[in-house]
Amino acid sequence: MVGIVIVSHSQKLAEGVVEVARMMAENASLAAAGGLEDGNLGTSYDKILAAVEEVYSFDGVIILMDMGSAVMTTEMILEDLNRPNVKMIDCPLVEGAVLAAVESAGGRSLEELSELIKDSRTANKF
Amino acid sequence: MDTKTILAIIEAIAKRIEEQKDFLTELDNEIGDGDHGINLARGFKAVEEKLPTFADKDIGAILKGVGTALVSTVGGASGPLYGTAFMKAGNVCKGKTSLTAYEFAAALDAAINGVKMRGKAVEGEKTMLDALCPAYKTIKSGIDGGKNLVDALADGVDAAAKGVEYTKTIIATKGRASYLKERSLGHQDPGATSSLYMLQTTLEVLRGA
Repeated sequence: MVGIVIVSHSQKLAEGVVEVARMMAENASLAAAGGLEDGNLGTSYDKILAAVEEVYSFDGVIILMDMGSAVMTTEMILEDLNRPNVKMIDCPLVEGAVLAAVESAGGRSLEELSELIKDSRTANKF
Repeated sequence: MDTKTILAIIEAIAKRIEEQKDFLTELDNEIGDGDHGINLARGFKAVEEKLPTFADKDIGAILKGVGTALVSTVGGASGPLYGTAFMKAGNVCKGKTSLTAYEFAAALDAAINGVKMRGKAVEGEKTMLDALCPAYKTIKSGIDGGKNLVDALADGVDAAAKGVEYTKTIIATKGRASYLKERSLGHQDPGATSSLYMLQTTLEVLRGA
């Protein structure tokens, strides 16, 4: 199963997004990487890396982020890891995470999942 | 510019950032998420703690070490941005134990390209690039015109200071400040300001060396 990492400046937000995504897919492989080591707001290279390793398998990992340093720090981790099966996707965090959880638990491959999640960019709430 | 000078510059930058921590944070409170000074000071404190381990390293390794420390400790956008800058500068200084004026300019150029790549930004977006790019252009043309590094850098610092002033007159289109749109007008960019401090500090150390 493809693992999912949620990166946010806020530990609460990252954990909250994981919580919401899990409502739809209990068995999804999700990890939150929010805030700094001391719990303050910010993004932590080490926390993100640890979260990737936590959910990593040969099926791969997708990383969804909030903004700014969360994006740039994730980008640096991908460069350092140099694993083609770990990807970051640009999408609305909550919608993307729910979709990712449902579809990964449904057995989608990394490629399929990446394409599907991109659909959440244009999905309307109403 | 030898290894010792580089270490002195880094130490002096760490001190300067710590001194200016509150002011940088204040600037960031106006148009950002109010963490620039605190974050950078945290990062440079980690750099300072690593300084003794850099003593026997070449300039490339030192700059890379600074970048790595910033990336893993800053926690805000300035971490990956300055982190990438120092790492890219480190790449072009690999194995070197001293830098000529040209090599210094090449390192600065690599650092700036790193910031552009990481931030997907260009000049004129109210970012650190608005201090760094004019500084580089001035330094490079000074050196090309036969100036020594200290004189060229002095002109570069003036150009960076003008760049910081210029950020007050433009609307942010990158980073958190871009959410404020025209309300970002009139405020100087904290990233451009910290970049100016780094260049100023480099000049001060070179003048004293």
